[in-house]
Amino acid sequence: MVPAASRIVLSTIEKSVGSPVQESQEQLVPQTQIRALMAEVLAQRRRQVLEAWVTRGGTIAGNGAAEDLQRDGAAVLSALGTALSGRNGRLDLAPVSRLLSDFSARRTRSGDRPEQTAGLVLALREAVLTELAGTGDPDDRFDAAREAARIVDELALGSFDSFLSGREEVISEQGAQLLELSTPVVRVWDRVVAAPLVGTLDSARAQVVMESLLQAISDDRALVAILDITGVPTVDTLVAQHLLKTVAATRLMGADCIVSGIAPQTAQTMVQLGIDLSEVTTRASLADALALAIARVAAHTDRSIRP
Amino acid sequence: MPTPGASETVPLAGSDDVVRARHRVRALAIELGFDLVAQTRIVTATSELARNTHLHGGGGRLTITLVADGPRRGLQLEFSDDGPGIPDLDLALTDGWSSRGGLGLGLSGTKRLMDGFTLESRPGEGTRVEVVQWLKRR
Amino acid sequence: MTTVPVVRIRNALVAAMQEDIEDRSALELADRLANEVAANGASMVLLDVSAAQVVDSFISRVIVDIARVCRLLGAQVTVVGMRPAVAITLVELGLTLDGVRTALTIDDAMTALEDGAGADAWRV
Repeated sequence: MVPAASRIVLSTIEKSVGSPVQESQEQLVPQTQIRALMAEVLAQRRRQVLEAWVTRGGTIAGNGAAEDLQRDGAAVLSALGTALSGRNGRLDLAPVSRLLSDFSARRTRSGDRPEQTAGLVLALREAVLTELAGTGDPDDRFDAAREAARIVDELALGSFDSFLSGREEVISEQGAQLLELSTPVVRVWDRVVAAPLVGTLDSARAQVVMESLLQAISDDRALVAILDITGVPTVDTLVAQHLLKTVAATRLMGADCIVSGIAPQTAQTMVQLGIDLSEVTTRASLADALALAIARVAAHTDRSIRP
Repeated sequence: MPTPGASETVPLAGSDDVVRARHRVRALAIELGFDLVAQTRIVTATSELARNTHLHGGGGRLTITLVADGPRRGLQLEFSDDGPGIPDLDLALTDGWSSRGGLGLGLSGTKRLMDGFTLESRPGEGTRVEVVQWLKRR
Repeated sequence: MTTVPVVRIRNALVAAMQEDIEDRSALELADRLANEVAANGASMVLLDVSAAQVVDSFISRVIVDIARVCRLLGAQVTVVGMRPAVAITLVELGLTLDGVRTALTIDDAMTALEDGAGADAWRV
């Protein structure tokens, strides 16, 4: 806690208790005036505020927090100053919040824990209050301190929110990477590629599979693509839709698609669900699909060799 | 890299403007970091909607805005015109699109291409279609 | 308006669509192909879309029309080299270019058609 601030609080309370008329006047000090005062302090003492912030920040978080603050803190202070000088009484913290969001997200990626990123934002309050303590009318200091605390608290909550989003992003990125690793497409023969699917096929996975398969067809100039669903436990209408989309897309590219690995129970379920795969070439096993694919390529190659 | 909230307007008066809209949207999508598949979806949706505005809306404008939702970044496209409006919104959004006769607006397909889709239209009050695509890092 | 270049290779006409095809260019191409097929008796028309970054509902409609018209005039139309991203987008739009042949490369297209045996012949 900053000693200067608590002294301000005490003296102001004493004052208002002692003189009722003056009390109402003090409470009516307009917010815009306070903010203007803060903006002035920020403008005149920016370097000191930044220094104080960087010093505090360096002790709260590790991994280059001080350097990051040094680099990005000035922009935050500038944006804060602009926000505080805002016209028509509106305090628009959105630009400051955005800057702090980006900053917090970067710190999260550097490995900061949530209390550290929040701590970095709260450290700003200490820095601002320290500079406020030594300036302006003593009567205004309490209101200024309160306003500063309120503003920084709002920003700190915002930064915690972005910490959570930042974390979520990291998790989803890692999830996406895992997704790609778990859906490999293999070139099994000259001009034949195969995607053996294992596990449940949700929308995200289906999208990755489709993109990988199509890219493989393009890279390997595949005439036939095999989508093997032996390892897919449930095939419902949604999964079937994904399969149909993939088949349609491979056809547009000029390749044929065989769906293999349909278990007898799966076939029955699909018929019962009214899933129509009549336009799709299917085989019960991957081996059968491969045999068909090889025959197809052979026939094509024969024709192209003929003079 | 433009800041969130930044926006620009592309007029959609002639068929050349449809091409211009595609180019501008692609350039911004690339700048924002969308991958190739996402770029193609966004530009194709742009082509569909811009053409609608030009052909059925009597010309209008496209407003491209970089949007943010927390740390997420996205591209928002608003196609608006002061044309005759769409009489039956439900019908316009039904599948089974065919371009000869019929509404031929391709809206239901375009909706599937993008992350967000809003359609506002009243006969005699013009049409506004707003779509958004969020950047997903892979 | 940019015109789509069309070259003749033996009894085939090859049209190479550019990165970004204007509506007008596509319509002009459709006209020109119909006239050239009728005039030269070409039996194959290859629409090379390998450079096309966007194929939307309009272009897709024009392609289907080109295929129908040329078939009436005695030529088989094949769409060649569609990019993965474009294929994905068309499928999402629900446009599957029904009835239009497709091939990965010009070579494949010609191989498939030369014998008159279609790519569907092998499907069981």
